[in-house]
Amino acid sequence: MNRVVITGMGIYSTIGKNLDEVRNSLYTGRSGIGLDLRRKEFGFRSCLSGVIERPNLKSALPRRMRVGLPEQGEYSYVATMEALKNAGIDMDFLEKNEVGILYGNDSSSIPVIESIDLIREKRDTTLIGSGAIFQSMNSTITMNLSVILKLRGINFTVSGACASSSHAIGMAYLLIKQGLQDIIICGGGQEINAESMGSFDGLSAFSTREDAPEKASRPFDRDRDGLVPSGGGATVILESYESAKRRGAPILAEVRGYGFSSNGDHISVPNVEGPVRSLVRCLKDANMKASEIDYINAHATATPVGDENEAKAIDQVFGDSKPLVSSTKSMTGHEMWMGGASEVIYSMIMMQNAFVAPNINFENPDEFSAKLNIAAKTTEKNIDVFLSNSFGFGGTNSTLIVSRFK
Amino acid sequence: MKPEIIEKVNEFLTEEFEIESSLLTPEARIVEDLGIESLDFVDIVVIIERDFGFKVKREEMAGVRTLEDLYKYIETRAV
Repeated sequence: MNRVVITGMGIYSTIGKNLDEVRNSLYTGRSGIGLDLRRKEFGFRSCLSGVIERPNLKSALPRRMRVGLPEQGEYSYVATMEALKNAGIDMDFLEKNEVGILYGNDSSSIPVIESIDLIREKRDTTLIGSGAIFQSMNSTITMNLSVILKLRGINFTVSGACASSSHAIGMAYLLIKQGLQDIIICGGGQEINAESMGSFDGLSAFSTREDAPEKASRPFDRDRDGLVPSGGGATVILESYESAKRRGAPILAEVRGYGFSSNGDHISVPNVEGPVRSLVRCLKDANMKASEIDYINAHATATPVGDENEAKAIDQVFGDSKPLVSSTKSMTGHEMWMGGASEVIYSMIMMQNAFVAPNINFENPDEFSAKLNIAAKTTEKNIDVFLSNSFGFGGTNSTLIVSRFK
Repeated sequence: MKPEIIEKVNEFLTEEFEIESSLLTPEARIVEDLGIESLDFVDIVVIIERDFGFKVKREEMAGVRTLEDLYKYIETRAV
């Protein structure tokens, strides 16, 4: 079995457009949440949203490569170019070696909506243009990036709701561990437009604390009232240790374990038993004891029942060792399809810089979060091993354990 | 040949398709010299309807090889 290492990462998020900006935001506890007032016109319950600027790729990519890229594809492209650069991988390398891509994505609303609006109005499909089909499929990110980067390895998208990109990393880890691939670009992208969020808003799942956007995302806090939708792009380069050593790549960390489970229960209400099985399976895969985990990046989105059940699951498995826990969603909001990958990157940045980023807005625990060791403030801490949870609709659960490379 | 047809076609080729204006000679071959590929013709159909107000049939475009062919095709169809 191959050891699987991380040799590059890149991020384009609401708390920074590259690793340096994100590191500063994590350390200072800066929120990326604001208001999208268009949502009021649409009749949303909540205008709260992660705020992000779309990158201008006109000088970076020729037209044919841009027309198929939707919003989240643009974020993912920028994140991927940063990750490849710091992994020391250029186009020449990609043309001469078999590199794969596994990315998490689970929606692409705007191109679907715009195409159908046009068909309904004009009754003529030829007016849609050539880009919409490639923008509108769930696999849009992998289909575009694999062409842009001339990739010749594994190539598909993982759609596992809010655990999509965590599962993508898990799948890549398994393929490399088995010796089937040497290098896989993995990550997640998430659109952030109002249109894509309407049906979720309709479930009353979003915080309505619009008078104080930065205070709205309050994972584990007693007074939390729902999640804040957000998005962006996040990429990590997974590689076999042998490949990384051979090409002298920077080895940033090692992926030690992947755990997964399905609740077999309610479509939107999470439970405790499913996440516990994912946590235990991940520890077993990593051949680690619970006490070896220094930091847990929780899934905690700030919904009342989700945080409660995750707190119970973490307490059940880690109640003796009580590692530091935080939910970076307190700053970023819920990055959904992208969250599994971005939260591995946030935790990697913490490990590299010896701190735990704060779970901002954690002012008062409830009965369940009181049992956890939650970092409400930035905490200087040497992290050797971290664990990252991601859970999604349908009861899909994913857990990753990552450590320093030794 | 109406100059406004040449002007409009050249404008969308430079602005939307990012083709160097120096390449836009009447004898330039659309695929071989300008790098337009089959998917791009899907977008050209959309733009022609928008800019010239008529509906393109893809089969009518089959004989269009050079820019001059394209100008002439539009001239014969444009109202």
